Amino acid sequence: MTNLRLTYLLLVVLVMTLATYFTRAMPFLFFSKRKPPAFLNYLQRLMPPVVMVVLVFASYKDIDFRAAPHGVPALIAGALTAGLHFWKRNTLLSIAGGTALYMVLIWLI
Amino acid sequence: MSAHEREEWRRVLPLAVRTSIPVLLGYVPLGIAFGLTLVAAGFPWWLSPIMGIFIFAGAAQFMAIGLMQQGTGILEIALFTLLMNARHIVYGLSMLVPFSKSGSWKPYLIFGLTDETYGLLTTVKPPQDVDGMKFYAAITMLNHLYWVVGCTVGAIVGSALTLDTTGLDFALTALFIVLLVEQIRSVRRFEPYVAALVSCVVALFVGPRNFLLVALALATGLLALLRPRIEKRETESKGAA
Repeated sequence: MTNLRLTYLLLVVLVMTLATYFTRAMPFLFFSKRKPPAFLNYLQRLMPPVVMVVLVFASYKDIDFRAAPHGVPALIAGALTAGLHFWKRNTLLSIAGGTALYMVLIWLI
Repeated sequence: MSAHEREEWRRVLPLAVRTSIPVLLGYVPLGIAFGLTLVAAGFPWWLSPIMGIFIFAGAAQFMAIGLMQQGTGILEIALFTLLMNARHIVYGLSMLVPFSKSGSWKPYLIFGLTDETYGLLTTVKPPQDVDGMKFYAAITMLNHLYWVVGCTVGAIVGSALTLDTTGLDFALTALFIVLLVEQIRSVRRFEPYVAALVSCVVALFVGPRNFLLVALALATGLLALLRPRIEKRETESKGAA
């Protein structure tokens, strides 16, 4: 590997480390002394469900539903994961069950 | 470390291990997938553990593989990382109070505030008889460890042989689904879910390239508009109960 490429890779790691830390530390830098406004308190209460919906949606959005297998494995495995979790509320079981079914389905279809 | 301190860690660790098992199941396969992808893209194996240790952000790390392959400029990569991780600002906001007494652990707890760590810390309450900050710190360190182990194993295996791990990355989707079900159980109002879904669909058309950021910004806006309605309903239901 050339020195130039090595320098580039290490710089990428450095800026990504700083940028990631900044996004995680920002609220603590600005609102740890001052009380955050009431609106922020409202948001922080209702944002977790929003974030989870967005993250689940994002996991599905790049699937091509027009081409075979039309996203069927991901939809069925996702439904099983949710169903298992509503039923048993055992995180381990839900994740392992859903992922195993997904791997079998994409291998079959 | 004093004897008392050591005793406390001894009580906290087994609890933290048990609590973090779901993240272990999500992070190790996903870290392996990351390591495999990174090596397959032509990067040296040691880059994988280094990124895992210092960056500790799954989605951003995956994104970086593509950016580095195209030789994207450093400043652009910094900007992409900020956009990709902007959702973490929300996480920090809801941890302000829980982390306010974390003392010297605070910088590390903030560093480790990933999607999954946040999901765990907001879902599980630390047991009454242990130091809550040690519990949070132990969970964060374990999650960090799982991620680094996954990244390392994936990169080493990837440079040694070719394996068929197709589909293992669904574990992350499954983890998000589980966390969503947990939210549905605890936040029993339909508005945030509908607002999020509408925002996702709109974001697909408006900003598919920065999907996460656009969807979150739209949803935040919608929640702001719905605030009078939601807070009124909440007071009403409290009065009825």
